[in-house]
Amino acid sequence: MEFNAPAGENLFDRAKIVGKSTPRIDGPLKVSGRAPYAAERHDVAANQAYGWIVGAGIAKGRIRAMDLDEARRAPGVIAIVAATEHEPVASSDFNYAPLFGGREVSHYHQAIAVVVAETFEQARAAAGLIRTSYTNGEGTFDLKKAAPGAPLASDRPSDSAKIGDFDAAFAAAPVKVDERYTTPDEAHAMMEPFATIAAWDGPKLTVWTSNQMIEWSRQALASILKMDADNIRVDSPYIGGGFGGKLFVRSDAVMAALGAKAAKRPVKIAMQRPLMFNNATHRHATMQRLRIGAERDGRIVAIGHENWSGNITGEAGENATLQTPKLYSGANRLIANHIAQLDLPEGNAMRAPGELPGHLALEVAMDELAEKLGMDPVELRIVNDTQGMVPGEPDTKLSDRNLTRCLREGADMFGWSKREARPGRSRKGRWLTGMGVAAGYRAAPTMKSGARVRMTDRGQLVVETDMTDIGTGTYTILAQTAAETMGLPLDAVRVELGDSSFPVSAGSGGQWGAASSTAGVYAACVALRRMIGEKLGFDADAATFDGGRATLGVESWSIRDAGALTAEDSMTFGEFKKDYDVGTYAGHFAEVKVDAYTGETYITRMLAVCDAGRILNPLSARSQVIGGMVMAAGAALTEDLHVDKRFGFFANHDLAGYEVPVHADIPHQECVFLDTLDPVSTPLKAKGVGELGICGPGAAVANAIYNATGIRVRDYPLTLDKYLDRLPAIA
Amino acid sequence: MRSFTYERAASPAEAARAVATTQGAKFIAGGTNLIDLMKLEIETPTHLVDVQDLGLDRVEETEEGGLRIGTFVSNTALSAHPRVREDYAVLTRAIQAGASGQLRNKASTGGNLLQRTRCAYFYDTNMPCNKRKPGDGCAAIDGFSRQLGVIGTSDSCIATYPGDMAVAMRALDAVVETVKPDGTARAIPVADFHRLWGDTPHIETALEPGEMITHVRLPTPLGGQHFYHKVRDRRSYAYALVSVAAVIQSDGTGRVAFGGVAPKPWRSEAADAQLPNGAAAVVRTAFADARPTEQNAFKIPLAERTLAGILAEMRS
Repeated sequence: MEFNAPAGENLFDRAKIVGKSTPRIDGPLKVSGRAPYAAERHDVAANQAYGWIVGAGIAKGRIRAMDLDEARRAPGVIAIVAATEHEPVASSDFNYAPLFGGREVSHYHQAIAVVVAETFEQARAAAGLIRTSYTNGEGTFDLKKAAPGAPLASDRPSDSAKIGDFDAAFAAAPVKVDERYTTPDEAHAMMEPFATIAAWDGPKLTVWTSNQMIEWSRQALASILKMDADNIRVDSPYIGGGFGGKLFVRSDAVMAALGAKAAKRPVKIAMQRPLMFNNATHRHATMQRLRIGAERDGRIVAIGHENWSGNITGEAGENATLQTPKLYSGANRLIANHIAQLDLPEGNAMRAPGELPGHLALEVAMDELAEKLGMDPVELRIVNDTQGMVPGEPDTKLSDRNLTRCLREGADMFGWSKREARPGRSRKGRWLTGMGVAAGYRAAPTMKSGARVRMTDRGQLVVETDMTDIGTGTYTILAQTAAETMGLPLDAVRVELGDSSFPVSAGSGGQWGAASSTAGVYAACVALRRMIGEKLGFDADAATFDGGRATLGVESWSIRDAGALTAEDSMTFGEFKKDYDVGTYAGHFAEVKVDAYTGETYITRMLAVCDAGRILNPLSARSQVIGGMVMAAGAALTEDLHVDKRFGFFANHDLAGYEVPVHADIPHQECVFLDTLDPVSTPLKAKGVGELGICGPGAAVANAIYNATGIRVRDYPLTLDKYLDRLPAIA
Repeated sequence: MRSFTYERAASPAEAARAVATTQGAKFIAGGTNLIDLMKLEIETPTHLVDVQDLGLDRVEETEEGGLRIGTFVSNTALSAHPRVREDYAVLTRAIQAGASGQLRNKASTGGNLLQRTRCAYFYDTNMPCNKRKPGDGCAAIDGFSRQLGVIGTSDSCIATYPGDMAVAMRALDAVVETVKPDGTARAIPVADFHRLWGDTPHIETALEPGEMITHVRLPTPLGGQHFYHKVRDRRSYAYALVSVAAVIQSDGTGRVAFGGVAPKPWRSEAADAQLPNGAAAVVRTAFADARPTEQNAFKIPLAERTLAGILAEMRS
């Protein structure tokens, strides 16, 4: 099915199941520990051995020698696949850094061997006996040094754009902000590490793994292992967090496959936590410059956003300018996104790539502008909202945008009017208190997505798609969609996900998963309805499906009477969508208290008001948004991969050193969804929300800290050492 | 992790003898630090002597009105003990500022005193570290040193003792009781228990080979108001950037010990004497010989501001 025009009124406008808060249908499995995660799939292959990955001890250079003798003689060892004895694996379209690169080391903790043994403990102990010597190479690890010479990422409009005469307009603007901001490298730090069980059956390979994008990864494995993709099965039904870190095949899958081949047995690998920071991908650090010029009434006349980041290839950095053409008006505009070549581990997508650090800079610059104007920061954003057009893309139409409502309704709900506008003036005892606001924008793309639906002769429905549920609630929204479309109760639907033997879906990434995969299931269900209609002799497209029956005029059929049927289809998205910017919008609010003595910051309240079209399942959508707010709080306050610029690696590579917020750090969070529909998005008029929740709250926290203390810090995270000397004098 | 053998000792003296006479042996109590270090092969003992069944899990009153804490009393039990809460509140607060409930259930009193530094380079066996491998060099001094020590450090090592409990014990002038392999006992003031690194950062305490902690003795209560303020980046759960244990009397005199700044809980009687003159005077005296790095110099003003906050609270 092709979605080739904005949706008119359809069955989802009369929905009984879609759009209703629905507990996760996989919830009982998860809370009882029976949802099988990759490393726990003891039943899928007999005689599993254990693999342990050895990471390179240098960031750049060449392996001189590996002494494997002692490790090979260690108890329980079955096989060792080592870089000095194995040719490098091939690359794929999805990986920039080699996953097993032979003697050449291109980043710290790159996999250089896998030890396979009878037990986990034996594999780990034997790995400790491998002695590796290196010839160190020269590397570039310092973004600040590399940035000045970094070229533009590309000449695409998202990387380089000029509208009007930015320089002249900025120079002439009566009120202006010109500031630089930095954001650090960040780790996904998902709960479940990379994990794979690999098993060979002749030329056929199966990997039971933890991965967001099944088909990408099947194709990538085929490239990397130089084999026919038809001989590869990838299965990933449950995923313990990914955040973009599992969009791609990682070394666990590659080394498990190589280890299993060498050991002639299935091999299981769960990556040790200390390797999860340098062996993995990460969010790139950014350096940003924001220049905004405005008239005295607040209207922006010039807005310039320049960004610098780096990556191992010198390509595909962190484009922090993405939201800037979308959010605010201004006739004269400049976008420039530069990428330097760095020899750190591979930078790649992490939840709202580009937009998370972009909002941390842009939305603070807007706060700075509001202060210079003497204007309320909510009002400044509303004044510069552009109903009806995309500011940085005048030829693009807007689908549905309600940013002003998000900000106004949010301000009311949050008690914004009680905010003391003068910074540093709200003090109770040792506590300085403040409130901050930020707008949020995240694109809402859609991708082709397929599904198969099988109706049993007992009227049960099974949905099969290689779509994944990375904790987002996919199982439930797909069941809701199928139940709604087929007119069946929710418990008549079973959903099977994450298996590459199922139809190819959009997968989970880029906030496209929910909207795309529900559309794909809808397409397959429409095909099934037509099969039923054909079999029972009615026009399915004209009929209403409800309560297990199809009704047309005065006639009615029990759909069970059609017998067992299987339909398969994909939703593809037509050219018409290219004329539109389909985005999601939010108003984010935060309240903090800062210890006037020590600078310790406590977030006391957070609110997100979201405009994201039809919310398929408010319960799981809320979880997505508040999870994003937690991650944004981490980006604002604590998360920071410390680059050791001498050795070229992230030094704090464990969860004691890389501090992500936990429950006790997070206060009361509210999330409100506007009751909006976006007919340009999909037939369900729905958009993603998983990344909207992280776009803006970090800046709201930063702005609240400024409001509390009167201290502006532009280098994230906002740790107390950066402003201790500017806190109020002590007695 | 290397393979190892394991035994449960029958008495403290026997445990001490077993560790002294077995090559590569170590004590294990709660294991909350040692097991992690073994997994990373930072510690590679070949034999473990388990001391958890030696009856050293009680808190007893001493004749002079203090407390004698068995080495295997858990952090949870110690912090919740009615006498500790009543008379040594600084200790309860310090313990509860450390780790998580689960870890405190398992962590022992003696083991907590022996927990090792959290320097990122100590934790990465690819990196040079004089503490892990004497003579190897120190990657931290010119590296990622934000968390590390500002005083009492050396050109060999700038690691900190990372714990909280011992900082309160230093303010209380606790005494560590031990048994040696020959069965003799000795008492070591907690002030002398942790060593400054000097040229031998791998030697961290005054304990001799095989010497085992049996008890920690708390002197008679000090009275006064008790404070423990632990400042960290993540408020819920993290090692201290700076912590301050203070016992302040109503006349403004008292004691103050700093954590997260040195190889040991950092206190000087000369600095204590400055308490009536305010936080700046105390910190100026206590940190007179500080040698911070560019990254961690903030710890000294942070120590001052943290203490100032305590003194302000005291006044209100």
